[in-house]
Amino acid sequence: MISDSGGGSKIRLIGRRMFVLTAAKAIIVFGVVGRLISLQINESKKYKTLSDKNRFREWKFAPPRGVIKDYFGEEIASNEKVFQLHLIPENAENLSALLYRLKNILKISDNAVLRIQKKIKSQKPWDPVIISDNLTWAEFSRINLFLHELQGVEPIISVARVYREQSSSHVIGYVSKISKRDLQQKNYLADMKAAGMRVGKTGLENKLDSEIIGNVGHKRYEVNAFGKRIKEVSIDQGKSGKSYKTTLDLELQNLSANLLKDKAGAICVMDIYRGDIITMVSSPTFDPNKFVHGINTKDWKELINHRDKPLVNKALSGLYPPGSTIKGLVAISALENDVVNTKMVQQCSGSIELYGEKFHCWKKKGHGFVDMRKAIKESCDVYFYEVARRLGIDRLSETARSFGLGDTMVKGFHEEKIGVVPNTKWKKQRIGKSWYLGETLHSGIGQGYWQTTPMQLCLMTARIANGGYDVEPRIVLGEKSKFSVFAEKKKNPKSLEEFFNSDVSNEFDDTTINLGYNPLFRNQENINFVKDAFFGATNEPGGTSYGSRLNKKEFMFAGKTGTSQVRRITEKQRELEIKNEDLPYEQRDHALFVAFAPYNEPQYSISVVVEHGGSGSKSAAPIAKKVIKKLMERHPLRKKIQDNYKGEDV
Amino acid sequence: MFRSGSIQSHLTLRDKIFSLDLTLTICIFLIGIISFFAMYSTDGGQFAYHTQSHIVRFLIFFTLFFIISFVKTSFWYSSATIFYLGILILLILVKFFGLTSSGSQRWLDLYFLNLQPSELMKIGLILFLAKYYHKISSGDVNKFRYLAQPLLALLFPVILVITQPDLGTSFLIAVGGVIVVWLAGVKMKFFAYLGGLFLLSAPVAISFLKPYQKSRILTFLDPSRDPLGAGYQITQSKIAIGSGGLFGKGFLDGSQSYLDYLPEKHTDFIFTLFSEEFGFFGSMTILLIYILITWRIVNIGHTLRTSFGKLYCYSFATAFFSYVAVNMGMVLGLIPIVGAPLPIMSYGGSSMMAIMIGLGITMSCKIHKDQSLG
Repeated sequence: MISDSGGGSKIRLIGRRMFVLTAAKAIIVFGVVGRLISLQINESKKYKTLSDKNRFREWKFAPPRGVIKDYFGEEIASNEKVFQLHLIPENAENLSALLYRLKNILKISDNAVLRIQKKIKSQKPWDPVIISDNLTWAEFSRINLFLHELQGVEPIISVARVYREQSSSHVIGYVSKISKRDLQQKNYLADMKAAGMRVGKTGLENKLDSEIIGNVGHKRYEVNAFGKRIKEVSIDQGKSGKSYKTTLDLELQNLSANLLKDKAGAICVMDIYRGDIITMVSSPTFDPNKFVHGINTKDWKELINHRDKPLVNKALSGLYPPGSTIKGLVAISALENDVVNTKMVQQCSGSIELYGEKFHCWKKKGHGFVDMRKAIKESCDVYFYEVARRLGIDRLSETARSFGLGDTMVKGFHEEKIGVVPNTKWKKQRIGKSWYLGETLHSGIGQGYWQTTPMQLCLMTARIANGGYDVEPRIVLGEKSKFSVFAEKKKNPKSLEEFFNSDVSNEFDDTTINLGYNPLFRNQENINFVKDAFFGATNEPGGTSYGSRLNKKEFMFAGKTGTSQVRRITEKQRELEIKNEDLPYEQRDHALFVAFAPYNEPQYSISVVVEHGGSGSKSAAPIAKKVIKKLMERHPLRKKIQDNYKGEDV
Repeated sequence: MFRSGSIQSHLTLRDKIFSLDLTLTICIFLIGIISFFAMYSTDGGQFAYHTQSHIVRFLIFFTLFFIISFVKTSFWYSSATIFYLGILILLILVKFFGLTSSGSQRWLDLYFLNLQPSELMKIGLILFLAKYYHKISSGDVNKFRYLAQPLLALLFPVILVITQPDLGTSFLIAVGGVIVVWLAGVKMKFFAYLGGLFLLSAPVAISFLKPYQKSRILTFLDPSRDPLGAGYQITQSKIAIGSGGLFGKGFLDGSQSYLDYLPEKHTDFIFTLFSEEFGFFGSMTILLIYILITWRIVNIGHTLRTSFGKLYCYSFATAFFSYVAVNMGMVLGLIPIVGAPLPIMSYGGSSMMAIMIGLGITMSCKIHKDQSLG
C-alpha cells in the first residue's frame, strides 16, 4: 500500500487552492451569464434584425400603373404585357461568359454590356439586373430555347406602359426611368426602387404619379448562407396604381390632332360650366412609347432639334400674344369700368396717329365709322386703340387677370407657363422702364408684351361664355375642383345651368358666392354684349370668321379671330403689302381663334392656335369649325353621362 | 448505504450501484438527452447520420462510464502512468499515421472509429499528474527536480498537439495540467515565471502559428475586420444566439443554423444552435446542468481522503468547467475561436469518450472512496 505522503497538511493545501479555483469559476460563470443576458435579452432585437437580414432576401417588382381613361372610358394610357430578361448576378456561374452569350443571342451593343456590368457592380449580387425590358417575341423565344445554358438569367413576363394614340401625348405625358432628380422631388419614390419601375415625367402621368404609380410588390425568399433560395416566404403582389377617368374626349383629341397635322399649334376645348377640359392637343406630337423603355439617342436628338418642338405642350407652355382674341376682354373691361359705352363710335381710316406714332388697323382701307359691336365683329384695331387709350393698361390687366390670364390654371402640370399680363408695375419690375402710352394701344389689340397660352385663351372664352363666372379648368374626375364643390352644394346638377343662365345681372346674393363660383362682372349685360358681338363676328356677313360659320342651329357658334405678329412690321413692308405666305416661316403671324358653342345655349369654349399660320380667320377658324361640329355631335353622349349623374363625379 | 467507518475491502455490484452519485448521473443523462435533440436539429429535423451516430456513441460511452465507475480506483491509480504513456505513443503515431482533415493531422484510423488521442490526453495528463503529486511529499513539490518532471509531462503532449495543429485542444490539455500543478501546491512565483516566459515566447510562438490561426486571433480582437472570412463564425454565432432572445425561435426553427449560416454546428457551435432555438432560458438550463456537474465532482472530491482522489476530482472538475467555459466563451465571442467542443453535447466520439472516462474515474473515486489505492 502506497501511503499518502504529506498527510493532512497536503490535503488542506489542496482544499485552499481549490477555493481559489472555485472563486475563478464563479467569476467566469458571471461572465458567461452576463454575456448571455446582453446578447439574448438586451440586444436581442438587434440580432433578430440581423438574423432576418441574413435569412430573407427581397425582390421588388414594379406594379402596373393605373390606367388613364377619357370621359367615356376609352383607355388613353394603359398597360401591356412585355417580355423582360432579368439577370441575378449571384446565380451566374461565370458572369462575363454569360454576358458574352447574351450579347450574341440578343445582339446587345458593347456599350449596353458595359452599362449592365456597371449596374451589376453598383448593387447587391442578388438584386436582379434588367438585361432587356422589352424583348420581342422572337428574342424571348430564342432566350427560352437557350435557357438551360444561361444559368442566372430569368425571362419574365411583366407589364409596361403603352400609349395607343399619339394625339394625347402632351396632356397625358409619358413615363420613363427614375432619375436622380425624380428621387429628390418625389419622396414616395424612395421605397419604390424596383427593377423596371417607371415614373411619370410630364402631363397627367406626372401630376397623378403618386397615386397612379401603385405600390411596389415584393417576393420574399428565405435563402441559405450560400444565397440559394430555399423557399418563398411571402409574396406581395403590390397594388396596381389607381386608375383615373379624365374629362378628355379621345375622339376629339384624335380629330384635333389630325387637324393640326403638319402644323405647329394647339387646340383646347373646355366645358364652360364645369371647367372640364375636353380637348388639349399640341402639335406636332411625339411617340411617348419611345420613352417607356428608354429613348435612343437618335430619336431623342430628332425630337429636341425639331423646329416645332414636339415635346413642348403648346396648349400649356406655348406663349403667344393673344392678338385680336383679346378684344372681347378689352371691351368688357372698358364697359365694366364705364370708360365707354357700346354706342361709342370711332372713325377708322386704316390708321391713327397718336403721341407722334402711327398706329395701323389690319384693314388698310379702314372700317369707316364703327361702333363697339362692329369693332369686335370686324376686329377694328383703330377702335380698340381708342378704347385702350381711355381704359388704361392697369385696368385692362386687372380684368385680364380675373378672366384667367397671367396665371397657371390647370393644377399639377409643372410645364404650364403663366404668361404675361402687362401693366405699368410689371414693366417697371421686369424691364425696369416706365410704361409708354403707345404700349397701351398695342396692348389694346393683344400685341406688345402680352403672352398667353392657348389654355388661358380657352378659359378666358369660357368665362365670357358662361356669363362671366370664374369657372376653373379641371381634367381629372374625382379631383376636388371649383365645380365639384359647387355641384356638391347645389346637389341637383340640373339646376346648375339654370344658375348660370339665370338673369342675376347685378343682383347676386351671398349664397351665390358661397357656392364657389364668383361673378366677374358688375353688370352682366356687358358680358352678354360681347357674346353677341362674337356671334356677329362669326355669323353675320363682314364678320372675321363668317367664312367658318356653321349654319345648323344647334351647331352655331360665336368666335373671335386673332392674328398675332411675331415681328414688327416695318412701314416699308406695310407699303409693299407683303403677304404672310411670302414671308419666311418663322416670320409669319400666328393664327388664333377663340369661340364658344352653341351660341343659343353655350356649352363649350374653344381656342385654336396655329403657329405661323397666317391669319386667324384663314387658318385657325376653319379648324375650330370642324372641331366644334364634332364637339356638338358628341354633345348628347356627354350629356347622357351627366344626366345619369348619381352622385359620382362626372 | 451504511458503513461503520471500517475500510471495506469488497463491494458488491449492488453496493456500487447504490453508491453512485445520483445527481451527477442524472445530469450527464440529461445533457445526453438534450444533445440528441440538438443533434436532431442540426440534421435539419431528420433522424439522420449525426443524430444516429451521436445517440449510439452516447449509449456506448455512458455504459463505459458505469463500467469505469465500478472498477476500483486503485486500478486507475496504478495504471495512470501507463495510460499517459500509451496516449503519448498514440499522439506520436498520429504524427506519422494520422488522418488529416482540413489541414490538421489529429486522428488515428482504428477501423471501428477515428480516434483523436489529443482528447484522451486531456484526462490522461490529469490522471498522471494527480498520481505524481500523490506520491511525492508536500515538501518536495517546489523542488526543481519535482518541478521539471511534471513540466515535461505537460509540455510534451501540448507541443505534439499544437503542431498537429490544434490550438484549442492543446490549450485545454495544458489547462488541465496546470490546474493539477496548482492544486498540488506549487508556489505562485513559479506560475509567475511560467507566465512571464509565456509572454516572452509569445512573439516567437505566433511566428509558428499557421496563417489561419493568426487570423482567428486577430479577428477575435476585431470581428468586423473580415466579416465574410474569419470573422464570419463569430458574427454569425452572435447573431444566432442574440436572435434567440428570451425563449428562442423554437425547436427546429433556428434559421441561422437551419440555413447553414452557422459553421461547425454539430461540433463546436452546438451551443449556439441550442441557444438560438431555446433562447436565454435554454442556454441557462444547459449552463446550470454543467455547473451542477462541476459542483457534484467537486463535492465528490470533498468526501475523498486521498490526495490522488482530491487532486483528480478537483482538477477534473475544473478542467471540465474550463471546457464548458472555453466553448461558451468562444461561441459567445468572449474569446478567440480555438476549436473546443462542448462536453457531451458536441458531436465527436473521442471527446465524449474522454469526458465519460473522466467522469467514470470520478465516480469510481466516490464508489471506492473507502478503499485504499494499494
